[in-house]
Amino acid sequence: MAGAAPYNDERAREIIKAHMSLEGPALPILHALMEEFGHVPESAVKDMAEALNISRAEMHGVVSFYHDFHREPHGRHTLKICRAESCQSMGAEKQANEFLAKLKLSWGETTPDGALTVEPVYCLGLCAHSPSALIDGEPVGCVDMETLDEIVAEARR
Amino acid sequence: MTLIKETDFGTPESKSEKMVTLTIDGKSVTVPEGTSIMRAAMEAGTEIPKLCATDSIKAFGSCRLCVIEVEGRYGTPASCTTPVAPGIAVKTQTPRLAAIRRGVMELYISDHPLDCLTCAANGDCELQDMAGAVGLRDVRYGYDGANHVFARNNGEANFDWKPKDESNPYFTYDPAKCIVCNRCVRACEEVQGTFALTISGRGFDSRVSPGMDEAFFESECVSCGACVQACPTATLTEKSVIEIGQPEHSEVTTCAYCGVGCTFKAEMRGEEVVRMVPWKDGKANHGHSCIKGRFAYGYAHHGDRILKPMVRETIDQPWREVSWDEALTFAADRMKAIQTKYGKNSVGAITSSRCSNEETYLVQKLVRAGFGNNNVDTCARVCHSPTGYGLNQAFGTSAGTQDFDSVDDADVILVIGANPTDAHPVFGSRMKKRLREGAKLIVVDPRRIDLVRSPHIEADYHLPLKPGTNVAMVTALAHVIVKEGLVNEAFVRERCDQDEFRDWAEFVSQDRNSPEALESVLGVPAADIRAAARLYATGGNAAIYYGLGVTEHAQGSTAVMGIANLAMATGNLGRRGVGVNPLRGQNNVQGSCDMGSFPHELPGYQHISGAKAREVFEKDWGVKLDSEPGLRIPNMFDTALEGQFKGLYVQGEDILQSDPDTRHVSAALANMELVIVQDLFLVETAHYAHVFLPGCSFLEKDGTFTNAERRIQRIRKVMSPKNGYGDWEITQMLANRLGMNWSYSNPSEIMDEIARLTPSFAGVSYEKLDQDGSVQWPCNDASPDGMPIMHINGFARGKGKFVITEYVATDEKVGPRFPLLLTTGRILSQYNVGAQTRRTDNSRWHEEDVLEIHPHDAEERGVRDGDWVKVQSRAGETTLRALVTERVAPGVVYTTFHHPSTQANVVTTDNSDWATNCPEYKVTAVQISVSNGPTEWQEKYRELSVSARRIATAIDAAE
Repeated sequence: MAGAAPYNDERAREIIKAHMSLEGPALPILHALMEEFGHVPESAVKDMAEALNISRAEMHGVVSFYHDFHREPHGRHTLKICRAESCQSMGAEKQANEFLAKLKLSWGETTPDGALTVEPVYCLGLCAHSPSALIDGEPVGCVDMETLDEIVAEARR
Repeated sequence: MTLIKETDFGTPESKSEKMVTLTIDGKSVTVPEGTSIMRAAMEAGTEIPKLCATDSIKAFGSCRLCVIEVEGRYGTPASCTTPVAPGIAVKTQTPRLAAIRRGVMELYISDHPLDCLTCAANGDCELQDMAGAVGLRDVRYGYDGANHVFARNNGEANFDWKPKDESNPYFTYDPAKCIVCNRCVRACEEVQGTFALTISGRGFDSRVSPGMDEAFFESECVSCGACVQACPTATLTEKSVIEIGQPEHSEVTTCAYCGVGCTFKAEMRGEEVVRMVPWKDGKANHGHSCIKGRFAYGYAHHGDRILKPMVRETIDQPWREVSWDEALTFAADRMKAIQTKYGKNSVGAITSSRCSNEETYLVQKLVRAGFGNNNVDTCARVCHSPTGYGLNQAFGTSAGTQDFDSVDDADVILVIGANPTDAHPVFGSRMKKRLREGAKLIVVDPRRIDLVRSPHIEADYHLPLKPGTNVAMVTALAHVIVKEGLVNEAFVRERCDQDEFRDWAEFVSQDRNSPEALESVLGVPAADIRAAARLYATGGNAAIYYGLGVTEHAQGSTAVMGIANLAMATGNLGRRGVGVNPLRGQNNVQGSCDMGSFPHELPGYQHISGAKAREVFEKDWGVKLDSEPGLRIPNMFDTALEGQFKGLYVQGEDILQSDPDTRHVSAALANMELVIVQDLFLVETAHYAHVFLPGCSFLEKDGTFTNAERRIQRIRKVMSPKNGYGDWEITQMLANRLGMNWSYSNPSEIMDEIARLTPSFAGVSYEKLDQDGSVQWPCNDASPDGMPIMHINGFARGKGKFVITEYVATDEKVGPRFPLLLTTGRILSQYNVGAQTRRTDNSRWHEEDVLEIHPHDAEERGVRDGDWVKVQSRAGETTLRALVTERVAPGVVYTTFHHPSTQANVVTTDNSDWATNCPEYKVTAVQISVSNGPTEWQEKYRELSVSARRIATAIDAAE
């Protein structure tokens, strides 16, 4: 799956180089790095700053602005559970807390076997199917504990 | 003098000439188009509350405190981002605005500590001021929720809180007090141009982050302090303010480091400097500074400072502390005895580019009128003497043609042998600002200096020539300009000597001067040279900035004249945005040259052989002057070794460390019978001195410095001299013991004498300087307010002179024994021989001199990063640590000369410029090898440094 490759400086530099002809290449490079490695570590921030001829502070400012550019490798799968108003009104918060307690995780953490990372998200625009979630980019509606358990089981396979 | 408070207009000035009239709170205001409503209001005397705006940086519109109402417009726009428009009516205070502002302020304060009474910014906090201005009376939100203020919340660790960052020795960063106004980030970007700061995260997680959430000291920060100055709270605060408290008065004075000549407000508490804040009205720096000027003034009260005069019979004895009277009498008696025994010409003096114009003037007056010879020289000999000579030949004045502001109009910037971001940092920031606006850049330098490529700056062409080939490069550039028909014919016809131009054009057109023919000499692709020449000649306003990388060569003067040729041939002279700009090294190197420090010139570059000029001085001073030029510094040393030069008065210059071929210098000094050193510290030269006269720092005396743009600026005494006297007083006391009858009671009287005798200074007086802030010479009847840009309608000498610049390779050639070329330079945090900066925390950035070597050369010699290596030339050898880097080209190594333990000048040779004897520091053939530790010379020198600095204690004296 996407983002599974272990981080490799040389490959990262290749990816950076491949995007340098674009106008405003920073975000496309970050997406490509995420696609390849699943995260953007410090050394990639430095290499990007060097390639784009900006300071590493500036590059850090960009990367840290977006929650979806991770600094550390995530689990093999990412589950984002909506915590916005509509889902909250359908009991999402309580359900999420129980789910996290069951997995012994906090928001943003990964299961010890590296299978799943659970993150919050604030509205997926799926309010009609609250509570909603996103598993590896695929939306899921009307999420109950059973669905969540299935997602964990699937992730661990 | 009370504390100077400068008006903050909130947003930068508009340069537009079109004026706009509007009404603000019923008052009619007329301002240039493009001015913000905030600024327009301030100009009319109405201060709109603000937090994220300050006039050194562009408007940002984030704090929402400066909201206003415009009649007929919807909503409450921010006054900082809203430009004025004709006829609009603005209201800055309405009940609606008051409510918005109070609400915004309440939110700010809900995440800010309420420790005002114990806060370092108490009394100087814009957040506090604004809370007062908007009438904040209550914070309804309480402090129980999420915050950045407390380390623990309700008994639990607060992960939003971060401890203070104290890593920078000069200022602290306390994130708990940060309101994320972005002023520091923007100052770092817009003013300094380093981009070391950012806001990391978003929303409630937003933080000021140096680098990638690094400590300040570890980050890309260069510690210029622009962020500290911009911070409206105590988040970024000078440690000195935390330690001492708020200042109560201030004086405007001029920095004593480099030739940029930044003016500062020395903010004082009593006689103690609380902080140095760059002065917004300073015409050289416009409110900006570097790490040295702002922070590195602590040497003035360093424990190494010598405060009592000392003498010794011979240099192997320990020093004896004596009274001023005894020291001066000892010096004067011995000086007289030497002249009686060895003749009038056996003594001389060296003036300092670190001292004021008045002090320099007095030393040369003492030599000419008191010693009766012209044996006076100055440290400019070893830096910009070729500039003086070369530009005088070409244009008729020994100085740069522009002011610093001129760079704002440059379209093409050609930097040759200068490293402004390290050596002239404040001007470097100006230049970078212009480059970010789109000016093109050509860098001619053997090293990949920061300007070649650093965040947001990239040279269009970097011509990494081999050290010592500047003249060939300049001629090759000229070849392209002439052969490709890029000469500005109209300019040359009108302004320059035609015959000389034709001879020159014929010379540079020869095939042997083409980039192709010189490719192997220069080591630079011919195509790059051609492209760079075309850019310089056709890119619009083209300005040349050059430094010691041009002058400190066997052909230094030739290269300067070559540069002048380029500017004349392309018509890049006599208006803003162009010109020939020498980046002068020291604070007063221009001034010390102006003041007649050279053995052949009286003040104002009037040749000593000219009977008319001499007569003026003879009449005023009441003595007969020698019409023969005296000895230059290298001649003094040579003559000393021959036994005919026996007495030397050195004011504020460490010749032993700064002059080339250290062993030659030390042998010459050891051969003298009287060396008087006047300095702050027992500098290296003092090892060979018989009399030590303690000098004082720029904070302890009045006077003037002249910067690289010929700008004369005041230095003002802010504390009593710790040694008892200003340097000018010491020279006067010495002179009077030598039979002079001087009675200057204030440096202003010396300036009046200078003005009386020097045509180009005729209009200068302290009164004028106090009134105008500064003046750029020439200042006389023809140009009463000085001259920012020279040669506007014609050259000072009449017709511009083209000089043929034949390239002659230096004698210092690489060969099997010495296959690498060593070139030397400076680093940002240290200054020159380091006597001052090494005695401050600046040393944390640069603790030792290192040798930069290319990976290829390092590998060939088995040198790894951090290894001790020996540098050997035909003059001597020294050891230091290696830094393996691609900044230098293969075949070139580089080091700095800030530390006496390294003594880079043990290695440099006695080669020098043919016209001015300026030493060839920039080219030395060397060999590098791995080494175990210091050389024999370094060991011996270390022992000498200890023994020569002994000061006899009471018990020693009793024995």
